[in-house]
Amino acid sequence: MQVPAHFEYEKAASVSHALLLLARYGQDARILAGGHSLIPMMKLRLAQPEALVDINGLTDELRYLRVSGGELRIGALVTHAQLLESELVGQHFAILHDAEQVIADPIVRNWGTIGGSLCQADPSEDLSAAFAALKGSMVVQGRDGSRVVPAREFHTGPYETVVAPGELLTEIRLPIRTGAAGARHGSAYVKVARRVGDWPVGAAGAAIWLSGDTIADAGIGLAAVGARNFAAAPAEEFLRGAPASTQSLRRAGQLAAEHCQPVPDQRGPADYKRHLASELTVRALVTAMRRARTPAAGRP
Amino acid sequence: MQVNVTVNGTVFTREVEPRLLLIHFLRDELGLTGSHWGCDTSNCGACVVWLDDVPVKSCTVLTAMADGRRVRTVEDLDRGGQLDPVQQGFAECHGLQCGFCTPGMMMTARWLLDHNPDPSAEQVREAISGQVCRCTGYENIVRSVLWAAKHEGGGT
Repeated sequence: MQVPAHFEYEKAASVSHALLLLARYGQDARILAGGHSLIPMMKLRLAQPEALVDINGLTDELRYLRVSGGELRIGALVTHAQLLESELVGQHFAILHDAEQVIADPIVRNWGTIGGSLCQADPSEDLSAAFAALKGSMVVQGRDGSRVVPAREFHTGPYETVVAPGELLTEIRLPIRTGAAGARHGSAYVKVARRVGDWPVGAAGAAIWLSGDTIADAGIGLAAVGARNFAAAPAEEFLRGAPASTQSLRRAGQLAAEHCQPVPDQRGPADYKRHLASELTVRALVTAMRRARTPAAGRP
Repeated sequence: MQVNVTVNGTVFTREVEPRLLLIHFLRDELGLTGSHWGCDTSNCGACVVWLDDVPVKSCTVLTAMADGRRVRTVEDLDRGGQLDPVQQGFAECHGLQCGFCTPGMMMTARWLLDHNPDPSAEQVREAISGQVCRCTGYENIVRSVLWAAKHEGGGT
């Protein structure tokens, strides 16, 4: 039987109360949201916090999806199922619906939260790649106020983020960029996994902005393939201003793969993961470009 | 810590360790052994129950997290001895072999049909994709759920 080790349990009544509790217990306290990453890790003793601060009751403060200030704002306590079901999300970012359809399984998505997935900071985590592609940012709150951290600076290493002891991730912000007049946007996410519910062997997300037949801007996110900051910056730079052609997208895929440092594991050897980085980047870009060109058609 | 959990309509007040998982609370504290304790890694779904009206893998939820909430288990499916159409479907279509995955499969199926009374076979497969039948009896499970949909009036 797998059971977590002993810990103190505290139920937060508000965000400020949660921060107070985190301060009281210091660096051995962890936030408990959906628990679908943390509890399995606690069962395996990969995590052994002395105290858990349960924020599941903070739905008024932390569970919302809204557009504000030209951004989609996602409360940290939004579940994967809610992100998948949201028309608002799908209308702006098809990439998030693509990703959510292949994150864990429908039952896990009911309780697993967006903030929890990000703070687990698994190098294979899909939304980290999607948010990197969309060049989003995260709001991290402490007792002295909050700060906004770019998605590409949120992770400091495997299972490590900029969220310091005593701090709480409260919101994810995704810029809704309509860009110059006539610029069209599309996005997509593609993942290869061994079976339903598994982490990816490799995955890629792409966001593209078209101006006529030119790629005005592009964002590329990669998961599980050893991409720096979950992103493929050199491939994005290449695409900026490039013709909106299949040839451009293929070259971007090559560049994305060249800058990855995949680690071989039970999911596959490094060469295969590098191949996936290239191929999946291309596939995500192709779908994103098709969606940018046919916005009225919606998602295929 | 003290918890108040409403299980199948009855409020239970118990003193529990914060680390007690919901599946063990249901089985060991309340004697509701219908929900099965399977892989312990949130992969197999034998432990699926409803928590505040949505299916959850109860091996991955602390009892403390269910404090003040509602839980529904497989014991609550029948009504006064009358089997739920999902249960009838599993009986009619041989939806269970060893029976270990059955309670979780049925709780997910009930939830699916409550939200989508006329699912396609593909939608049923998607709904149960996070659950494992080690007898590999998926065909019959899908048939059972579709049988229930048909006999509830939703299916075509």
